[in-house]
Amino acid sequence: MSTPDVRLVDVTKRFDDVVAVDDLSLDVESGSFFALLGPSGCGKTTTLRMIGGFEQPSEGCIFLGEREVSGLPAYKRDVNTVFQSYALFPHLSVFENVAFGLRRRSVRGETLRGRVEAMLKIVGLAGMGRRKPRQLSGGQQQRVALARALVNKPQVLLLDEPLGALDLKLRKQMQLELKAIQHDVGITFIHVTHDQEEAMTMADRIAVMNDGRIEQLGTPTELYETPATAYVAGFLGVSNLIHGTVSGSDSVRLDRGPEVRVSAAALNGRTGHVAVGIRPEKIELGNGQPNALEGKIVEQAYVGVATQYIVETDCGRLTVYRQNASPGLNGASPGDRTTLSWSPDSSFVVDSMEESE
Amino acid sequence: MTAVPATERMPRERTVSRVWSFVKHHALTAYAILAFTYLMVPIAVVIAFSFNNPAGRFNYTWSGFTFDNWKHWDGVPGLRSAMVLSLEIAFIASLVATALGTLIALALVRYGFRGRGATNLLIFLPLSTPEIVLGASLLTLFLNNHVSKVLQLGFWTILIAHVMFCISFAVVTVKARLIGFDRHLEEAAMDLGANEWVTFQKVTLPLIAPALLASLLLCFAISIDDFVVTYFNNGPKITFPLFVWGAARVGAPPQVNVIGSVIFIVAVSVMVANVLVQMRRAKSAATA
Repeated sequence: MSTPDVRLVDVTKRFDDVVAVDDLSLDVESGSFFALLGPSGCGKTTTLRMIGGFEQPSEGCIFLGEREVSGLPAYKRDVNTVFQSYALFPHLSVFENVAFGLRRRSVRGETLRGRVEAMLKIVGLAGMGRRKPRQLSGGQQQRVALARALVNKPQVLLLDEPLGALDLKLRKQMQLELKAIQHDVGITFIHVTHDQEEAMTMADRIAVMNDGRIEQLGTPTELYETPATAYVAGFLGVSNLIHGTVSGSDSVRLDRGPEVRVSAAALNGRTGHVAVGIRPEKIELGNGQPNALEGKIVEQAYVGVATQYIVETDCGRLTVYRQNASPGLNGASPGDRTTLSWSPDSSFVVDSMEESE
Repeated sequence: MTAVPATERMPRERTVSRVWSFVKHHALTAYAILAFTYLMVPIAVVIAFSFNNPAGRFNYTWSGFTFDNWKHWDGVPGLRSAMVLSLEIAFIASLVATALGTLIALALVRYGFRGRGATNLLIFLPLSTPEIVLGASLLTLFLNNHVSKVLQLGFWTILIAHVMFCISFAVVTVKARLIGFDRHLEEAAMDLGANEWVTFQKVTLPLIAPALLASLLLCFAISIDDFVVTYFNNGPKITFPLFVWGAARVGAPPQVNVIGSVIFIVAVSVMVANVLVQMRRAKSAATA
């Protein structure tokens, strides 16, 4: 395996008494689109700011490629940042904003003009160079911020919730565009977000952060299909967690329900109290699958692409999505008694959280 | 016809209501004109009497129009040197006070340090202390044996005094601008390869420049017309306000009005220029 572009080794960051990042180690592969995902205050932005050089770690080391950069100021690191507020220089034109980094590296004349114009073209702002940032829309400002960072061809590009200020439609569009741009330029992107959908849409790998630590690191599929903890299961999408006790190498007896089968790999040698998780879209209405629970539909919501059911069972309320593949509702309606079933392979197991039940 | 008396009454009613509506609509205008007159008459008198050709020593009664005072604006002994001294002091004091004030404002807004709250409070002290107290205490300081051995009353004591009371204004002006300053802009500059000094030069300074200009103008204006503090600490030196005061006791020459008019015209021109620049900026922002 090649040297990772960014490597954090046992990095801790304290602000007075508050531990923002707690003994965090991380490798980001060269050329990948990496996301740091977590709620506000989980330390993801602090981690990014330490990579960028705006904060210095209290303990631990940060490497960019082979080079240790901990202790170096931002201007000595081959890293550029797209700020959440964009931080475009209001007194400079769009052209000069994008040219700022190149000018610092003594790129002049035609080379400078050429590189800036080419970058403005890539982000779809050709011919806007003479405008001032305040004359642009939010989406355009975002593109200038991206161009200003990318034109320097940094080793790593850091993005601090860059789409947070955009409206939903523009955000979706920019997500795909960012991913395409990353693919084209081949630069390592590290993207901080609290939006799990955004992270899953764009990133190759995601680190879910909580309380200054990485809760789980993996591909979007891994995180969604086999979350390691109840926290990750809850943060990425909706999940039904049913508590129970391990009763065999591939079975769990639910606390107020039957014994269900799980895959031995998912159980991974756990014993005692655990929680079985099933994603709502993996539950069927009807008893077509090996694991089954009786219940009563209490709520039904038509959300276009799917219908969401809330089903009351002995093991608590479960959420079920049924895709609306054929026109109209699926037939079940509130008050109906129904059987829910799922395949052992489509469930996962996490440690039971102390505070719940 | 029954309509006749009615038509006779109508013009009168109409006049009354017309007058009333005129008053209603123009009361504010009239009030505004009065207020402006109140503010402007003294200035108009100063300018007008700069063209007076006084019969005696006193420039209090109009006795003929002349350009002589403007042509020979420094025809009074001591006036020119007083004016030059005032300009020198005001120029240096506003520069020094703005430079120091900017640094203080940066420290107060950017950094948490022991004594920040106290500094924040103390910086307002010169603003709220009566000038006469300030002047008298400074004199006590300057006359102190240890100080007076190295520093005689004169140019430097005036300058020190002016810088002192200007700093507060500079700090307040620059601080207001810094509070709204997005720190990410500086981080962005450093992210793009600018070190601390280049960041200050290329990003911080241009963005706080309007506040620096405002501070310079404010300090200049306060310094050039200061009388009370200067009166205590001037030693043998005479500034323009001190000259006017001295001259007024024996009859101020019309040249004083000339200088006053020039100062007024310069101040107004700077203000108008500022407004025009702002308007042009707003326009260019709106159209593009």
